[in-house]
Amino acid sequence: MIEAITEQIIPADQDAGATDARVVNFFDRQLIGYYTRYQETYRKGLQNIESYSLKNFHKNFVNLDWDQQTEFLETMEAGELPEAEWESNEQRSFFRMLLDHTMQAFYGSPRHGGNCDYVSYKMLKIDYPHVIGQNRYRSENGNTNLKAL
Amino acid sequence: MKNKHVNAIVIGAGAGGGVVAKELAVSGLSVVLFERGDWVTYDAHNDDELMSQRTHPFENPFGPDNKRHRRVFVGPNGTSRIVLPHEYPFSNNAACVGSGTVSYGAMAWRFMEKDFLMKTTYGHVEGSTLEDWPITYQDLEPYYEKAEWEIGVSGDHTGNPFQSARKKPYPMPPFAYNKDGQILHDAANRIGLHPFPIPMLRNSVRYNGRPACYRMRTCVGFACPVNAKCGTHNTVIPIALQSGNCELRTNCQVAEVMVNEKGLATGIKYFDENDKGQIQTADIVIISCAAVETARLLLNSKSRLFPEGAGNNNDWVGRNLQGHAYTGASGIFEEEIYDDVGPGACWAVGDFNHDNEGIVGGGVLCNSFFTPPYAFTRLRPPGAKQWGLEHKAFQRTNYKRISSVRGPFQEIPNFDARVTVDPEVKDHWGIPVARLSGQRHEYDRIGCQFMSDRAEEILREAGAISTWQAVGGRGLSGDQHQSGTARMGNDPKTSVTDKYGRVHDIDNLFVADGSLHVTNGGFNPVLNIMALGFYIGEYITKNWNGGTFTSK
Repeated sequence: MIEAITEQIIPADQDAGATDARVVNFFDRQLIGYYTRYQETYRKGLQNIESYSLKNFHKNFVNLDWDQQTEFLETMEAGELPEAEWESNEQRSFFRMLLDHTMQAFYGSPRHGGNCDYVSYKMLKIDYPHVIGQNRYRSENGNTNLKAL
Repeated sequence: MKNKHVNAIVIGAGAGGGVVAKELAVSGLSVVLFERGDWVTYDAHNDDELMSQRTHPFENPFGPDNKRHRRVFVGPNGTSRIVLPHEYPFSNNAACVGSGTVSYGAMAWRFMEKDFLMKTTYGHVEGSTLEDWPITYQDLEPYYEKAEWEIGVSGDHTGNPFQSARKKPYPMPPFAYNKDGQILHDAANRIGLHPFPIPMLRNSVRYNGRPACYRMRTCVGFACPVNAKCGTHNTVIPIALQSGNCELRTNCQVAEVMVNEKGLATGIKYFDENDKGQIQTADIVIISCAAVETARLLLNSKSRLFPEGAGNNNDWVGRNLQGHAYTGASGIFEEEIYDDVGPGACWAVGDFNHDNEGIVGGGVLCNSFFTPPYAFTRLRPPGAKQWGLEHKAFQRTNYKRISSVRGPFQEIPNFDARVTVDPEVKDHWGIPVARLSGQRHEYDRIGCQFMSDRAEEILREAGAISTWQAVGGRGLSGDQHQSGTARMGNDPKTSVTDKYGRVHDIDNLFVADGSLHVTNGGFNPVLNIMALGFYIGEYITKNWNGGTFTSK
C-alpha cells in the first residue's frame, strides 16, 4: 500500500519513480528507527485509507485504477474525502506526512534506505559522489587543493 | 574528588564562549570551558542532507539530542506543548564544540553604526522595546578586526559603500562569484544598487595553517571536510587548550550558577558525562549558552538575593527574544544558472540596511545557499502541485534554474517574546526546561514585505521569467540567530547586564553571547558575537586583580 501511495507521489516517467528508488525500504527502516514514534499514526492512517476505499469503491486501495488513486489522494490532501469517518485535518496531516517522508526517501541519502543508486540525483543531473580534489573544484588561485592538503 | 578551584568558568563553547575562553587562558587565567555537546567531525554525517543543520527531520546532527532535551512552546492561542530539539520551534543552536560555527554558512558581517542606535535613528515604535545599545560601533570596531584576523575572514573591505568605517582590510581576498552571483551582480549594478561579495568566515586562500575552500555545494549545514571553514572549534579553542591554562569539559550539562549572600557567583553545579552531579568553583563565571539557554540558566540560578533567578530582579531576563525574520523572493530563469560552485551564497547588497523611506531598519540581501534536493521539493511558487508528474517535471526542469534572493530583516524587539522556565517539564537531569512564548512584533511583516519587494525587483532585472515572494512571518523568533534575552544597558531597571556584559549586581558573573544584543542588526550576527567575546574577554583580563573579581 505504501508502495502504491508513494508511486503516486513520485511516479516513474522517463526517470525513476518511488518504487525504483526503493522508497518503501526507507519507510520500513525508519518506522522502526527514527520514526518509531509515527508507527501508530501510520497504522491508523493506512487503515483509514483502506476502509474508506473498501466502503466507497469496494476495492482495496492498491486495486483502484491509477486515476482513481490519484483522485483519492488529491481529495485526501484537501481533507475532503466525502462522508469519511475521519476528520478533515487528520486526512490532510496524514497526507502531508506521507508526502514529506516520500520526499525524504526519494531525495535523501541512500544510507537511510531510499534513493537507491542516487536515482534522484541522476534525474536532477547532479553528480555524486563529490570527489575531494576533483579537478573542477578549484580554490581561488586556480590550484586544486590536493597539494594544499 | 573535588574539582580544583579555577579563575574562570566559561559555559558554552560556541561563538562567544570559545573566544572568551581563549582570551582569558592566554592571559594566564585558569579556565574550565564547559560544553554540553562533544567534538563533531565531518565523517559523522558527511554530506547527508537529512542530517544537516538546516534539514534535520530525524534528529539534530550537531545536537542537542532528542533523548535528553526538551522545550515547551506556548502558541499564540495560549496552549502549550513539548517540543523536541529537532522540531520547530525549538529554536535550536548546535550543541557541540564550536556550536553553530562548525556547520554555519559563515557570513561575517559587522553591524553598522545605526544598528547600535536604533532608537535614536528611528524613535519609539509602539509596542516595542526598541533601544540604543550602551556601546557604539566605534567601541566594537577593534574587536571586529580581531575576530576577522584571528578567526579568519575572506572579503573585499571596499565592497560595501554602506558599511561603517573600518581600519584594516580583511586578511583574505574575497571569493569569486558563482554564475548565479555574477548574474545578480550585473543586474544590481544596472538598477543602481551596490553589490559586493559576501565576507565569509571561510578560507579563500590558505590561512592559519588550514587549506582554502574548494567550494563544495554542501557547506552550510555541514562540517567542512577540509577544515576551510573557520569556527571557534578550529581557531580560538585549540589556542586556549594549547596555552595549558584551559580545560575543556565536554558532555557536561550545567544546572545553575551558585550566587552567595554577598551577591557574588561562587561557581556552578553541573552534571558530568556520566550524569553525576558535580560542583566547580571559580572566581568568575561567564555564560555563553546562546539566548535561550543563557536565559534558562540565569532563571534557574535562584538565590536569596535573586529569588527569581540571577540578574532577574527587574524581570528582564529572557525578554526581547529576537532572531531574524527571513524574507525574500525566488525566480525561475530561462537558462541554467546553477554551476555547482558552492556554497551558493556569495553576492550581497547593503543598500537596504537603513535609510529606507518609511521603514524601520532593514537588512542585507544575498543570493541563497544552494538548496539541496529534498529541501528543493518545498521551493515552489504559490499554488504549485507538490507531487505527481508535475512535481517531477518541476524538479527536473528547474533544479538548476532557480535563484533566491533573501535576507535577515532586523527585527523590532518586543517585551513579550520571551524565554521563561517551565514550572513542570524537566530535562533528563531534572532541570526545568526553557519555555518559549510570544511572537514577533507586527511591524516585522511590513519590513519583510518591503525587502521581499526589493528582492523580486532584482531577480526580474536579472532575467527571471517567473518570480514569487516568501515573506517573513510573525511566528516567535529565535532559532540560530537567537539574541536579546540578557540585554546590555546602562540602566539596571531596563537591562540585564552592564555595557561589559556583567550581570547587574553580580560583579563576577558575565554573559558573552547574542543574548546581550539590544537589537540584532540586519545581518547574520555571528561576527558580532565573536567581537563581543573579544571585547568582554579583554575587559575581564584588564580588570583581573588575581582574586575575586569585583569592580567595587
